Amino acid sequence: MNINATLIGQSVAFLIFVLFCMKYVWPPVITALQERQKKIADGLDAANRAARDLELAQEKAGQQLRDAKAQAAEIIEQSKKRAAQLVEEARDQARVEADRVKAQALAEIEQELNSAKDALRAQVGALAVGGAEKILGATIDQNAHAELVNKLAAEI
Amino acid sequence: MAAETASGYIQHHLQNLTYGQLPDGSWGFAHSAAEAKAMGFWAFHLDTLGWSVALGLIFLFIFRMAAKKATSGQPGGLQNFVEVMVDFVNGSVKDSFHGRSPVIAPLALTIFVWVFLMNAVDLVPVDWIPQLAILISGDPHIPFRAVSTTDPNATLAMAFCVFALIIFYSIKVKGLGGFIGELTLHPFGSKNIFVQILLIPVNFLLEFVTLIAKPISLALRLFGNMYAGELVFILIAVMFGSGLLWLSGLGIVLQWAWAVFHILIITLQAFIFMMLTIVYLSMAHEDNH
Repeated sequence: MNINATLIGQSVAFLIFVLFCMKYVWPPVITALQERQKKIADGLDAANRAARDLELAQEKAGQQLRDAKAQAAEIIEQSKKRAAQLVEEARDQARVEADRVKAQALAEIEQELNSAKDALRAQVGALAVGGAEKILGATIDQNAHAELVNKLAAEI
Repeated sequence: MAAETASGYIQHHLQNLTYGQLPDGSWGFAHSAAEAKAMGFWAFHLDTLGWSVALGLIFLFIFRMAAKKATSGQPGGLQNFVEVMVDFVNGSVKDSFHGRSPVIAPLALTIFVWVFLMNAVDLVPVDWIPQLAILISGDPHIPFRAVSTTDPNATLAMAFCVFALIIFYSIKVKGLGGFIGELTLHPFGSKNIFVQILLIPVNFLLEFVTLIAKPISLALRLFGNMYAGELVFILIAVMFGSGLLWLSGLGIVLQWAWAVFHILIITLQAFIFMMLTIVYLSMAHEDNH
């Protein structure tokens, strides 16, 4: 309980402890703490940046996807149109061709018919003359009556 | 038990192991309280000095070990613990002290941990360490107090060191004139120079008491709390010596309860000592009173 020289001893010890703490304990620990604080702050920053980058990239990817889809749809639309056009063209062409073939056929038929008619007409003339010969029992001068016979044939 | 009677036991427990000049002129240990008192100022409490220095060295050894391996990467267990302490003290300092000083934070850390360790010895049952001292020395009447902070010398020593720092920083920040002005021109001031001169002694008296009260209150608060706490432990220990079974049983319960409560006190007192040191030093750094 007495106040004595212990006071001095304690003071000296205390001052030495404080000095030691100040020189060799505090600085390394506080430096490490601050460094770690900085590291964590940097890390968080980087994480934030990465998250933002990711968001941007996702947005970009989405945009690109949407563009691609639109483009694909356009291409499909175009090709459909083109296909329809091609079909239409083919149909037209076919129709034209068919018409042409039909017309040709009709002409041919007409021609055949005419030639057949002519042949028939000629034969009818001859037959008529033959028949008349037989009926009259005399030969008729073919040349003299040819005009009449032909007129007859034309009337058939 | 070293003493036969309860009062003898208590007195024995409140006496330090004092080394000084004996009445016959030779140096040696005091054997009684009266003898220790007669040694005057030039005597040493070897128990106080020994325990406080040992605990201080333990503190510095552990913290130095952690500091040497301190890394900003993943901290280990010891570094974690030290960092928690350092961060806690650093936070307390930053809360109340706004200047930059390389001294205050380590000072606060030293005070907190050292005072805490010295206080914590109080949780060791009161007879264990003195009995150990008796076993080692072979002297059955050797006085020994393990809790350094129950010795006013220890608390006053710290308080005076803090006080010296207060004076040092006051003068360093405000200049000698500013410091003297702070002591003499407040709280009463006057435009009239003559009235001001008359007011100076009054101001000085008030401010000086305020200034002196800082280290004294700092030291006596810690000493008083720890002394009282130890005394309660001693009184509880007397119950065991009574020889009555129910009283000893009650003593066990009380010992436990008081020890639990004391955990709070030892931490709180260490914290208060640290906090007030920071506050006083930050006041010393502030220019306007």
